[in-house]
Amino acid sequence: MAAAAAVLRHLAPLGHRLTRIPPHGCAGGRLFQHRRGLRLSAPAAIQVTVRDALNQALDEELERDERVFLLGEEVAQYDGAYKMGFAGIAVGAAMAGLRPVCEFMTFNFSMQAIDQVINSAAKTCYMSAGLIGVPIVFRGPNGASAGVAAQHSQCFAAWYGHCPGLKVVSPWSAEDAKGLLKAAIRDDNPVVMLENELLYGVPFELSEQAQSKDFVIPIGKAKIERQGTHITLVSHSRLVGHCMEAASVLAKEGVECEVINMRTIRPMDIEAVEASIMKTNHLITVEGGWPQFGVGAEICARIMEGPAFNYLDAPAVRVTGTDVPMPYAKNLEDNSVPQVKDIIFAVKKVLNI
Amino acid sequence: MAALRLLRTRLLRARGCGFGTAEFPEEKPQFPGASAEFAERLEFIQPNVISGIPVYRVMDRQGHILRQSEDPQLPKELVLKLYKTMTLLNTMDRILYESQRQGRISFYMTNYGEEGTHVGSAAALDDTDLVFGQYREAGVLMYRGYPLDLFMAQCYGNSKDPGKGRQMPVHYGCRERHFVTISSPLATQIPQAVGAAYAIKRADANRAVICYFGEGAASEGDAHAGFNFAATLECPIVFFCRNNGYAISTPTAEQYRGDGIAARGPGYGLLSIRVDGNDVFAVYKATREARRRAVAENRPVLIEAMTYRIGHHSTSDDSSAYRSVDEVNYWDKQDHPISRLRHFLLRKGWWDEEQEKSWRKSSRKMVLESFTAAERLPKPAPQLLFSDVYRELPLHLQRQRGALQQHLRRYGQHYPMELFESGGDPPIDEPETPQIQP
Repeated sequence: MAAAAAVLRHLAPLGHRLTRIPPHGCAGGRLFQHRRGLRLSAPAAIQVTVRDALNQALDEELERDERVFLLGEEVAQYDGAYKMGFAGIAVGAAMAGLRPVCEFMTFNFSMQAIDQVINSAAKTCYMSAGLIGVPIVFRGPNGASAGVAAQHSQCFAAWYGHCPGLKVVSPWSAEDAKGLLKAAIRDDNPVVMLENELLYGVPFELSEQAQSKDFVIPIGKAKIERQGTHITLVSHSRLVGHCMEAASVLAKEGVECEVINMRTIRPMDIEAVEASIMKTNHLITVEGGWPQFGVGAEICARIMEGPAFNYLDAPAVRVTGTDVPMPYAKNLEDNSVPQVKDIIFAVKKVLNI
Repeated sequence: MAALRLLRTRLLRARGCGFGTAEFPEEKPQFPGASAEFAERLEFIQPNVISGIPVYRVMDRQGHILRQSEDPQLPKELVLKLYKTMTLLNTMDRILYESQRQGRISFYMTNYGEEGTHVGSAAALDDTDLVFGQYREAGVLMYRGYPLDLFMAQCYGNSKDPGKGRQMPVHYGCRERHFVTISSPLATQIPQAVGAAYAIKRADANRAVICYFGEGAASEGDAHAGFNFAATLECPIVFFCRNNGYAISTPTAEQYRGDGIAARGPGYGLLSIRVDGNDVFAVYKATREARRRAVAENRPVLIEAMTYRIGHHSTSDDSSAYRSVDEVNYWDKQDHPISRLRHFLLRKGWWDEEQEKSWRKSSRKMVLESFTAAERLPKPAPQLLFSDVYRELPLHLQRQRGALQQHLRRYGQHYPMELFESGGDPPIDEPETPQIQP
């Protein structure tokens, strides 16, 4: 009886979908409600928050494949605060044929479980010569939040993006969140999905196509959020939004920025960046993480190694978080992550205007 | 006073409180976390190390069955299989240890003294039960029929290795025999085994998971998480701890201060037992019953098998640096699982000196033949460098593999290509369709 109840808790069967992504990663979120706008002649795009988009994705994938299940810290109805433990359990379940979605309350806590993520999940397919696959998704908020200080604000894009065997995705919009989470769950490899807590409550337009149950975004493909001709801005996660803002400010001054949303950190879609540079001849990268060995460093290195180098009219510039543990004081924190003005400044520096 | 107490009792009873202690009948703790009685005397619980959990055994050191009712009465063929597996493992260990000393393989770990824990438990499992090992459980795989050729292939990392030469020696893995590939980081297999048991429980098959680990690994945080989750998730798993006295150089006296690993089990809500690991029959019986209950009741069971690590931790270790040779000899001569079973077999008339001589000769011959053949085989093809990083071959690795292929076509004669298996390349002119998910 208890066993059956335990099983049902984790199956989240049809009509009983109580999976929630609560605000700030704590228990007590709200149930997903699907609002439909008034349908006129054109297909209706609706406003959906990132949180709801993630919930939608989880709902749909849980329904689609009974091997998919959720576990993590304060997740759904199951509580377990032992990170190393449940990460290992998730890996073992994946090895035995299930498809776990393992949630970390934030990726900072994943450091306690990182051996299971890297040494067990990422490397196992290779080290077992393909005998053992680990079709697991690790997801959770990554990077800076608001007022949670150094141990809760680190960006792990560079850490996880470093490892062969892992795929790493970093959504920005609701469409990204939904499509990438679905793709991650359907992918047979271990995937790390770096969400952002500050984005959870932000609404984005979700097109008719993106509302479909089969909407999946290919892992490894970037998206051009804004076309431009003068300079390429490459970013991921929340800072894509900042780039878009900077781009609209700069447009008033006659500078047309092309904004690329990386969507995937590994495998990186460097071809999209190259194609853009061949058009704009200028590059800046924008990320929330620390500068040394960061995402921007990798992009710059690859551009140098590839055909786009010859098209650059100026060295690329990286806009990153400051090289300090995240301070707590609000004024310091605000100045430790890139702001719109920093992006504008970098653009003007590269364009020499 | 009495009237007041009576009133209080009635009131508490009305609120639905259960029966309390003899002295204070109206109260029982209501805490969600524990459901014991109250205590009114300050008393600490002593860790009972001197007369702790007893060690279950069926045979004595001379192979006599001590209680006829406990004799598992295994058929002759099975007992002979146990004996032959243990001795074959021992022979293979000797030869491969030597081969490392001679520089033929890079690394090895022997199983001396612990053969009983391997075969006793392996024989008690179903063939399809999933095994998560630590690194000193080769006998389990051998019992399940893993051929000598493949043991050798893995140690040599040759072209026959199903592991494609990716791992250090003794990191065996076999999908068909349900033996999960050995992974180096210590104790990580424990929560993984629990997760797998959870998956198996959902599938509702008559299957269990067995998770082996040493007493040193039990000190890892992963072990705590694994035990606790197994209990709270109600998983069909047998935890098998090989307490062999040493974790590399750390003796058990420095590893823990409690009554070993078995005493921790009840703390997690695990059914627990301690057995004589050098007594194959005791190991068999405990594992058999543990497995039965784990599957029937969907609950974890903990077995602590007491044994002694006669060999060094690995070829990177020289145990004379931290223990006396006399101690090792004592265990080798006085309490060895192979000797004990042999005494039993001889007394039963199922084995004799002739057979012993001839088996030693033939098993040694088998191992040497396999070993020589393994050494002669080529290494895996260089193209295998790129596969299995992901389930599909990503573009950048495809390109790199193609570049290597081209390079070898032009300059292959400068490389010792005869040492490697060839072939398996797609033709250069046809780019392989990338199988990355759209």
